[in-house]
Amino acid sequence: MPDIQKTPNIIDESGDKYKYGFVTEIASDTVAKGLNEDIIKQISQKKQEPDWLLNWRLQAFRFWQKMEEPTWAKLQYDKIDYQDLYYYSAPKQKAAPKNLDEVDPELLSTYEKLGIPLKEQEALAGIVAVDAVFDSVSVATTYRAKLAEQGIIFCSISEAIKQYPDLVKKYLGSVVPYTDNFFACLNSAVFTDGSFVYIPKGIKCPMELSTYFRINARNTGQFERTLIIADEESYVSYLEGCTAPQRDENQLHAAIVEIVILKNAEVKYSTVQNWYPGDKEGKGGVYNFVTKRAACRGENSKVSWTQVETGSAVTWKYPSCILQGDNSVGEFYSVALTNNYQQADTGTKMIHIGKNTSSKIISKGISAGYSNQTYRGLVKVSPQAQNARNYSQCDSLLIGNKCGSHTVPYIENRNRTARIEHEATTSKISEEQLFYCLQRGIDEETAVSLIVNGFCKEVMQHLPLEFAIEAAKLINISLEGSVG
Amino acid sequence: MSKTPLLEIEDLCAKVADKEIIKGFNLTINEGEIHALMGPNGAGKSTLSYVLSGKQGYEVTSGKVLFKGKNLLKMSTEERAREGLFLIMQYPVEIPGVPVTTFLKHSVNAVRKHQNLPELDTMDFIKMVREEGKKLGISNDMLKRPINVGFSGGEKKRLETLQLSILKPTFAILDEADSGLDIDALKVVADGVNAEHNEHNAMLVITHYQRLLNYIVPDYVHVFADGHIVQSGGKELALELEKTGYAQFVKEK
Repeated sequence: MPDIQKTPNIIDESGDKYKYGFVTEIASDTVAKGLNEDIIKQISQKKQEPDWLLNWRLQAFRFWQKMEEPTWAKLQYDKIDYQDLYYYSAPKQKAAPKNLDEVDPELLSTYEKLGIPLKEQEALAGIVAVDAVFDSVSVATTYRAKLAEQGIIFCSISEAIKQYPDLVKKYLGSVVPYTDNFFACLNSAVFTDGSFVYIPKGIKCPMELSTYFRINARNTGQFERTLIIADEESYVSYLEGCTAPQRDENQLHAAIVEIVILKNAEVKYSTVQNWYPGDKEGKGGVYNFVTKRAACRGENSKVSWTQVETGSAVTWKYPSCILQGDNSVGEFYSVALTNNYQQADTGTKMIHIGKNTSSKIISKGISAGYSNQTYRGLVKVSPQAQNARNYSQCDSLLIGNKCGSHTVPYIENRNRTARIEHEATTSKISEEQLFYCLQRGIDEETAVSLIVNGFCKEVMQHLPLEFAIEAAKLINISLEGSVG
Repeated sequence: MSKTPLLEIEDLCAKVADKEIIKGFNLTINEGEIHALMGPNGAGKSTLSYVLSGKQGYEVTSGKVLFKGKNLLKMSTEERAREGLFLIMQYPVEIPGVPVTTFLKHSVNAVRKHQNLPELDTMDFIKMVREEGKKLGISNDMLKRPINVGFSGGEKKRLETLQLSILKPTFAILDEADSGLDIDALKVVADGVNAEHNEHNAMLVITHYQRLLNYIVPDYVHVFADGHIVQSGGKELALELEKTGYAQFVKEK
């Protein structure tokens, strides 16, 4: 990656389709480039963190130095120089804003442009509460007071570390330990912000909660960390959206999401990932290395991951479910769309431990242009998991003849009562289907979008309604130029 | 009163994968007429329907085709459809996950837009589709299903007929519309097609058998062999063919 330049070098936006590619001009507070123990100490100090957390970060960093970047995924990208990145960048603000009126108007207008309502009165009748993360820090969290009435905690993780240290200490790293993998370990050492959610016992969260991640600064890695705890008998639906400016060089994003679900509780986690995918020639774009995992610790607990992945130059992501509690349920619904030179290696892991646990995987991959896509999934049934059930369905759709699609299912079964089903199909949009649409007056681009949306329907219907509409639009935009 | 020509085909030659299939085809169809095109397997009947509707891979090598006086061969596939050319397909294709109504709405509005008519709003559209569907024995439930997925042969053809009745084309080609139909389904489809026929539109009915022509009665019958018309006559020609077969028209090879 080249050295930082004085003026932001934005790709000409005229005629380009990525409408979130703008850069916000704002002064930022950064730490020096590179990664070492001093940098980590500085980040921790800037965030006024307790010693236990700094020590944890340092342990993670020492462990990371002995680790090697994984190469098993079917991805090709230039080697990342971890010393050539900024690990902390925060928009300069006088003091921590107490309410939205104190937030820099430049930031508010950025989120306005992105279509994210940060002014509560402007949002539709309290549909969604938002935590807005800008580069390394959370800039605003809405509806906190209203949620607090029911004992729900929704704030940035930095704030949670200060206000609710016991909860954070108890659960941070309990689902994804820093020893888990190379990128998770790096995140543990340098994570800067993210969202924190706690839903108390017996509470059904009355609105959708969401985090909106935005990478703005140049040559800056974003390492956010989200922690969600659903106490017994509780329920929450959580949404995550992401965008980044269009830049010539690649940007690194290595996040962690940890979810803890106790007895009879349920969490729905939906993602629409639209990081900048790079241009038509494959230049630029976000490297997206993410570890997402939910632990269903209590009986009858349930987690459902739904993801629509259209962005990023490189995606490495396997949202997983650890089904510890008896009768716990894990679901994974995924649509991944790659175009031009994008690459995605994505899937899930379903780890059956408790009795009568069940899991379901529905994965829809669409490859266009010169892109390459791999579904990689693990279904593991441990010896004590009596009567485990899994159903997996992986369908791939190819557009054109220069793209690739691969399915790599791993099954490890150590209990003879398990029932595991796997189905996989690969198809192309057929000339017959296109001709049928054209003959009825429908143009080719609309025809492809109809066929692709039909192909993903099973997954899209698991998204909250407004999100589903957005996701369908996004798929249409991402498909542009893939035919003809 | 002289008749207005709707479709004029002159010396049409076309090939598929470098093989000449249509060889010097001539035919004029006027408004209000129903023409039947009969012929043996492999004569190029389906090829002709694809050439006229503009399917990819079907290349016109010479000749001309005028549709309402305009050069049809210059139009894209979707333009031909929007201008009012409709093909009832022999094997309508399945499109998983796309409900019939969604598909039809896109289709109807694309055609209306081309004709400078306002797009139909969802309520009006659904009402119209349900009414038309009812006439063809298409239930509201069937309209919600993905298009042609798991449909029986009869259901597929009824759906094709529904689209004909909604899009109201000026020129319809029925490509083996009777294949895969039992006699009851055949009647439903034929009634639907007949109901749409009037003095301003025309039809080309492509079939092997006389059977369909008992229900959709043609004004003219043409025998199609080896890429062109070898004999033309009135509807009685079809009956004659039923007795004698096509052997007399097929050249020794």
